[in-house]
Amino acid sequence: MPRSIDETFAALPLRQLADAALARARALGADHADFRCERVRSADWRLRDARLSGSSDTTDAGYAVRVVHGGAWGFAAGVDMTMEAAARVAAQAVSMAKLSAQVIRAAGSGEWVELAEEPGHGERTWISAYDVNPFDVPDEEKTGLLREWSERLLAAEGVAHVDAALLAVQENKFYADTAGTTTTQQRVRVHPQLTAVAVAESGEFDSMRTVAPPVGRGWEYLTGTGWDWNAELAVLPGLLAEKMAAPSVEAGAYDLVVDPTNLWLTIHESVGHATELDRALGYEAAYAGTSFATFDQLGTLRYGSPAMNVTGDRTAEHGLATIGYDDEGVETQSWDLVRDGVLVGYQLDRRIAKLTGLGRSNGCAFADSPAHVPVQRMANVSLRPAPDGPSTEELIAGVERGVYVVGDRSWSIDMQRYNFQFTGQRFFRIENGRLAGQLRDVAYQATTTDFWGSMEAVGGPQTYLLAGAFNCGKAQPGQVAAVSHGCPSALFRGVNILNTTQEAGR
Amino acid sequence: MSKPTAPHEIVERALALSRTDGCVVIAEEESSANLRWAGNALTTNGVTRGRSVTVVATADGGRGTASGVVSRAGVTEADLEPLVRAAEEAARTAGPAEDAQPLVSGVAASADFTAPAAETSAEVFGRFAPALGECFAAARAGGRKLYGFAHHGVVSTYLGSSTGLRLRHDQPTGTLELNAKTDEHSAWTGRATRDFGDVDPAELDAELTRRLAWSRRRVELPAGRYETLLPPTAVADLMIYQLWSSGARDAAEGRSVFSTPGGGTRIGEKLAALPLTLRSDPHHPGLEAAPFVVSHASGDDASVFDNGLPLTATDWLREGRLSRLLTTRHSAELTGLPLTPPVDNLILDGGGERSLEEMVAASGHDGPALLLTCLWYIREVDPATLLLTGLTRDGVYLVEGGEVTAAVNNFRFNESPVSLLGRATEAGRTERTLPREWSDYFTRAAMPALRVPDFNMSSVSQGV
Repeated sequence: MPRSIDETFAALPLRQLADAALARARALGADHADFRCERVRSADWRLRDARLSGSSDTTDAGYAVRVVHGGAWGFAAGVDMTMEAAARVAAQAVSMAKLSAQVIRAAGSGEWVELAEEPGHGERTWISAYDVNPFDVPDEEKTGLLREWSERLLAAEGVAHVDAALLAVQENKFYADTAGTTTTQQRVRVHPQLTAVAVAESGEFDSMRTVAPPVGRGWEYLTGTGWDWNAELAVLPGLLAEKMAAPSVEAGAYDLVVDPTNLWLTIHESVGHATELDRALGYEAAYAGTSFATFDQLGTLRYGSPAMNVTGDRTAEHGLATIGYDDEGVETQSWDLVRDGVLVGYQLDRRIAKLTGLGRSNGCAFADSPAHVPVQRMANVSLRPAPDGPSTEELIAGVERGVYVVGDRSWSIDMQRYNFQFTGQRFFRIENGRLAGQLRDVAYQATTTDFWGSMEAVGGPQTYLLAGAFNCGKAQPGQVAAVSHGCPSALFRGVNILNTTQEAGR
Repeated sequence: MSKPTAPHEIVERALALSRTDGCVVIAEEESSANLRWAGNALTTNGVTRGRSVTVVATADGGRGTASGVVSRAGVTEADLEPLVRAAEEAARTAGPAEDAQPLVSGVAASADFTAPAAETSAEVFGRFAPALGECFAAARAGGRKLYGFAHHGVVSTYLGSSTGLRLRHDQPTGTLELNAKTDEHSAWTGRATRDFGDVDPAELDAELTRRLAWSRRRVELPAGRYETLLPPTAVADLMIYQLWSSGARDAAEGRSVFSTPGGGTRIGEKLAALPLTLRSDPHHPGLEAAPFVVSHASGDDASVFDNGLPLTATDWLREGRLSRLLTTRHSAELTGLPLTPPVDNLILDGGGERSLEEMVAASGHDGPALLLTCLWYIREVDPATLLLTGLTRDGVYLVEGGEVTAAVNNFRFNESPVSLLGRATEAGRTERTLPREWSDYFTRAAMPALRVPDFNMSSVSQGV
């Protein structure tokens, strides 16, 4: 289906605002200036036990001017769509740069800002891959489908409650800079999710959530393209009932076969964030943290086993972090982060690329709102499958005593990305190469390099799934970003499993 | 392109445009200024201005009342009619709202409803920024690096309704986080402030320098359960998560730590051995928060129908007993519990008078104790016990014989705040604190330090 930039966004005085802002910045002596006008529409619909419990439809719109002036950054944002206001915001950005320069001088610091070269791209338009814009679908149709799915689950034995939610986002960005790049882009993404809850007479309760990932697709994702909802909803109540009756896990070391519905989040936390070079250099030290994968180890750090090959990718179809150009006018790319288990790359923006002598930025500068400054944000960071690799069943067949982990739930990792703990939606016991029912109260805990070093095998392309999240947090002021992570199933040996009930002291 | 309109006029014009049975309009004017730094140098900064309008349209139908909620940023007068129509269309197509209630009425209008919005600018850092630069120079000379973030924002909220409400609230919010690092050690401190007039970066830097000095001796300790002093910031992060998990409806449905087997809630049950009172009060001095409900969307613990409802002081725990759970008017009806909507501040008080320093002096005499700086990356592991996991960060110290004697490695913890309340053996003096983990969402807190005899350090974290 042909897609075009939303007419109501294209009708804004984008070029005029940009010209007014960039001209004022130039006149005030800026060495570099960029203008970004953005409109992000986010909506969600929530049902509780098949009844609409809430919905919202929020549009964030405005623009920002960022300058390099006197070797310092300056940034300002505004909402009034007049040329005068845009010029005023540009002047505020220059004032902020002057304030920064004053502090830099007072500190005796020599950290002046320079940007890596990027060719001017002229006028470009880019639109993500989707068939039906979810905002073109009537609300009754959306809530009606969620209601029907909820009722299907509620009708099943043992399901006491059902929570359903759909999030949809349409993001429009216009970017123009003093180097001559002008981009107009549009992205659409959706995240449907259903959770069934069981409550036993004893007071015990548990839940099971669909494992369908959020995607860079449109409404078609809920009607059969990219995920088999009927199949997943059909098995969910039975799996929940089995989980409620499952034995509590015995803590200890187990071999794990991790499904991509769970492994994506482990990749996100232990590889995705750890290979952000701004983190590794300390620019997130006070907030999101730093990284054990320090810059001096580029090309030598043994990140994991030779089976580990990880790419950073802004170009994957339907990826949540996929786009044509970043918020610094850099054309997006795909590149290696880990090759044969060794750290070989980082995620970059233009300033970091210049600072470290790595040449061109690989297009990872983004802001989540017109009021926020672009920071280095995560590409789709994905673990490559083995070209002729095994199926998930074949991986399981290679385990004598272990656990098969499906679906994500709880996640936490330390500020240098060493120590992590994850839970999941479903944990199946593996005995002598076969699944032998579910387990409860499971969490796995490891150190990043130990965990990836224990990865014995990755599955083939038939096990590969592009999963991800809408809500990756970073930076101050806090920003969220949507990002996908593709991965196959994978086999890890001797991973520490905790019993969460025992951890709670019960 | 039409000119922007004063926020109270936006409210009036949107209400005048309304064609449905009921309407609530929330206009918010926001301004902010921030500075961020790393390695003794400013990295990013910014000033922003923003305006958003939320329209809640309600429509009575044969099957009940429906609501439509639409929010737009950067609204001008020309945008108002499309915005109101979009909310009305959403209400018409949404179907009956589960939480439908009569819109709130009978609340006295705010005297300053028509006054211009309050605002901040980079000038809020007029004295702070140069002082920060001097700290950078001192840190550079002292062989340490400073990292951190200063943010100041003001939101003016104007709420009007077709039932006659005309309410206004100005909310200033300021935070400062300062992190000092050497090659092997890290120390952190933070402050919440309304105007940066009470924040001295040199004083904070001196505090961090003292903490870094504690790290000259380093001791490696294994995972295990340790007597632990949780400072106010850590207690705040745990209590905030507990508050967020205290929805009455979930509890009554049997799916929360506050549920009882067979139905019902744990209200009235003694949760803490100490006489701890956990409360919110929109008028608490220094922690003032909106004194009426401002809800942009309905959800488990919020209802757009409750917009404008007056908020009062609420004891969530009283003298150690669970006293209240979060309710909307709808969930209060469902559960038979009193109406207690959330308030944007949180205070824990156990009557203790000792400072954290005095609690340190009283520790480590019968065996080592740990003094934490703060907690990080807190996530829920099990809702049945409210088991949370997370990490210690930027300084774990060994206390022996009433003194800090060394820095200890970081740990991952697995703990439930509900369980901790039951096991805490001492609460110190309640003081204003910045919750580090949740400061993007929640900054107005006053907490004591807590002594926990057996805090569960689940594993060692190599992270510094």
